[in-house]
Amino acid sequence: MSARTWRLVTYGVPLAFLGLFFLYPLLAILDRGLRGDGDPPLDVLTDPLTREVVWFTVWQALASTVLTIAVATPAAYVLGRYRFRGRSLVSAIVVVPFVLPTVVVALAFVAILPGGLDRGWAPILVAHAFFNVAVVVRIVGTFWASLDPRVSEAAATLGASPGARAREVTAPLLAPALAAAAAIVFLFSFTSFGVVLILGGPRYATIEAEIYTQAVRLFDLRAAAVLSIVQLVCVVAVVWVATRLERRLTVTGTLRAERDTLRPVRGRREKLVVGLSLGGLGLFLGLPLAVLVERSLAVGGGHELDAYEALTDQTSVLLAAPWEAIVNSIVYATAAAAIAVVVGGLAAFAVADARGSRLLDALVLIPLGASAVMLGLGFLIAFDTAPIDFRAAPWIVPVAQALVAIPFVVRIMVPTLRSIDPRLRDAAALLGASPSRVRREIDLPIVARGLTVAAGFAFAISLGEFGATVFLARPDRPTLPVAIFRFLGRPGELNLATAYALAVVLMAVTVVSILLVERLRLRRGGWF
Amino acid sequence: MRAALCLLVACAALAAAGCGGSDAPSEVVLVTHDSFAISPDVKKAFEEESGLTLEILKAGDAGELVTRSLLAAGNPEGDLLFGVDNNLLARALAGDVFEPYESPALASVDPALVLDAKHRVTPIDRGDVCLNYDKAWYADHDLAPPRNLVQLTLPRYRDQLVVENPATSTPGLAFMLATIAEFGEKWQGYWRKLRANGVLAVDGWEDAYYSRFSGAAGSKGTRPVVVSYASSPPAEVIFGKPRPSTAPTGVVESSCFRQIEFAGGLRGAKHVEGAHELVDFLLSKRFQEDIPLQMFVFPARTDAALPPEFEQFAVVPEHPLDLPPHEIDQNRESWVDQWTDIVVR
Repeated sequence: MSARTWRLVTYGVPLAFLGLFFLYPLLAILDRGLRGDGDPPLDVLTDPLTREVVWFTVWQALASTVLTIAVATPAAYVLGRYRFRGRSLVSAIVVVPFVLPTVVVALAFVAILPGGLDRGWAPILVAHAFFNVAVVVRIVGTFWASLDPRVSEAAATLGASPGARAREVTAPLLAPALAAAAAIVFLFSFTSFGVVLILGGPRYATIEAEIYTQAVRLFDLRAAAVLSIVQLVCVVAVVWVATRLERRLTVTGTLRAERDTLRPVRGRREKLVVGLSLGGLGLFLGLPLAVLVERSLAVGGGHELDAYEALTDQTSVLLAAPWEAIVNSIVYATAAAAIAVVVGGLAAFAVADARGSRLLDALVLIPLGASAVMLGLGFLIAFDTAPIDFRAAPWIVPVAQALVAIPFVVRIMVPTLRSIDPRLRDAAALLGASPSRVRREIDLPIVARGLTVAAGFAFAISLGEFGATVFLARPDRPTLPVAIFRFLGRPGELNLATAYALAVVLMAVTVVSILLVERLRLRRGGWF
Repeated sequence: MRAALCLLVACAALAAAGCGGSDAPSEVVLVTHDSFAISPDVKKAFEEESGLTLEILKAGDAGELVTRSLLAAGNPEGDLLFGVDNNLLARALAGDVFEPYESPALASVDPALVLDAKHRVTPIDRGDVCLNYDKAWYADHDLAPPRNLVQLTLPRYRDQLVVENPATSTPGLAFMLATIAEFGEKWQGYWRKLRANGVLAVDGWEDAYYSRFSGAAGSKGTRPVVVSYASSPPAEVIFGKPRPSTAPTGVVESSCFRQIEFAGGLRGAKHVEGAHELVDFLLSKRFQEDIPLQMFVFPARTDAALPPEFEQFAVVPEHPLDLPPHEIDQNRESWVDQWTDIVVR
């Protein structure tokens, strides 16, 4: 493939995908909202309530990001530096909170936190950290594992103290991955909705929650459109800063295969550090998860397996047996991960290119920060006439899920791709390698690790995606989160226990599938 | 790279496959909310009698359902909509979503439920929103459960009530409307007193009922009064493990707000005949008697038999509180704003 065709593909495919499935429906719904008669939308902007909501949205997202990074960094360090038994299991379990439906987690938090502490801004921040730990651990940990330890060792030989090495060697090298992870956590918290409503109580609202109320409860599409433009402006500003930062912080020429960077845990001190880091995280993530397991068994005052037995019964709650949701989830997630890896992978190459497009760089991140409510409504009016009446098409579900997963694929791959020493490529070219051979034999092996992590993450995102899926999935083909939501919406003890049992199943499916994806990499081996 | 291209081609093929065959003429599409449920054999009976395949499309809760149908007015997602209630009715009618149809089965329906004289919508069921209380809690505390709305402002019922936010929850909105129907102009004063008496407002029914209310089986909640449905007590019996011999919760009858759910043929539907057949079916005795145990609401037909759990444990209030749909629609936003000011800020 010539360099020109390659450029055309790496730009064309992501742009076409995002243009059709993101920009077009979003613009369609904004247009519908703003076009109608009524006063100019200025009143929404000048309303002190709007200012209050915007301010809360921004500061809670910032605080959540800082908290998440603080909680996740020790574990990212351990996974990025050490080889130990159960390492892949730990890195798979970390992803579990990330896929769980917000309602279920919020209810688990309400159950754990003592009365009085279970509402307000504090539990919101803690819940955001709980959900997003995986983002930091995986993006930063993976990148950490590819950093050449010899740089730090050389500094040590030259007499640098551990503190100085962390500050002057490791931190600058990690900075692009940290920026990428922080941007994603920020966007997730910024558009958070279910957690804020349940744990914050009616006093707190993010812009997204307010958009939902205006559009769906009060039928004021105009106010919703104005608010989602406000939200988009904030998101674009954040994305612009984050991608610029990531670009400027990148240091090239330091990446190594994981095989050469990880080392066993030696000595008492290291064992203590590893134990404390993982133990602390285990407690933080484990407690709410344990509550879910306990609740799934709590039937009739004792502990029984009734809820699990009910999973095989055909039920009118779902128009299907609950276990079928497992199959649906896996089918959708596989399709979504495939789409996300192809589109996001191509975009990552385009973005990481030395002359890479800033516009594309920012554009792939924005779907994470755009209003999911408005996008869902946009799908409805944008794809409603032949030949693009997609409203009932089953593939629209993985496409929508991929929109959320693509930013991850790009953000995981770009820091790695950028860090590849250009001299390596130049040398290969000088020796007569064609551009496509350079990509195949230089770039691909180095990003292969990132690619599997990205694929695993894309799979997990799709498993856990709720907002778009509940909107688009056919009722006889529910995914696990949709099934959980349906059971939770009905009174009666067995329904509640079944919802929790499905959440436990979702946890298991997540861990197993992430482990399998990572296995895939080892099997094919030789990439590193 | 080749693998990637293959995948793209596969996706495109999948896309093309999804496009075709979406409008087979032998299919009728029911657009409804998440709570819709039908027994498999009842659904089969309709399909066998009519020769049509019944496709069910769930579109979120009632609010989301109406939002979606307003956006798709004239080019609907399906043929018939079920699930618009009296709180949302005026908005849907103003959005010109429906096509009139007068079902012959209406003859067997309680005439008080027919709210649209032009028959753009047909009543299918009623399910009132009522305060529920925890019987055991009041027995343990040697206190009589509240009998009406006013009592909840008394000191002895302090910190006992949990309600849903009307801005985010359908039952929450219905309960706010109940207080407006009951107290008229003085409803704001009532909520100020409720606030002073420690009312807790949460986002949605799930949180209120399962986490804050003490009466739901398996709940660790501490509040003995919650905004839920008239049919919640029989649900507690039916889904109880082991099945209790009597309902653990009761209903404050005078607090109930009327909720009627309607079906209407969608304007611009592909299969108008099918929509009519489906309305007739929704009003048939077979479907009407399936309603209680599937959706936990009451049939609109006066001659439909109720299951024994409903006969025993459910309350059908004689004169539920009510407001005219157009009044709800005109004031919804300002009422919700005022409620938020009083209760939350």
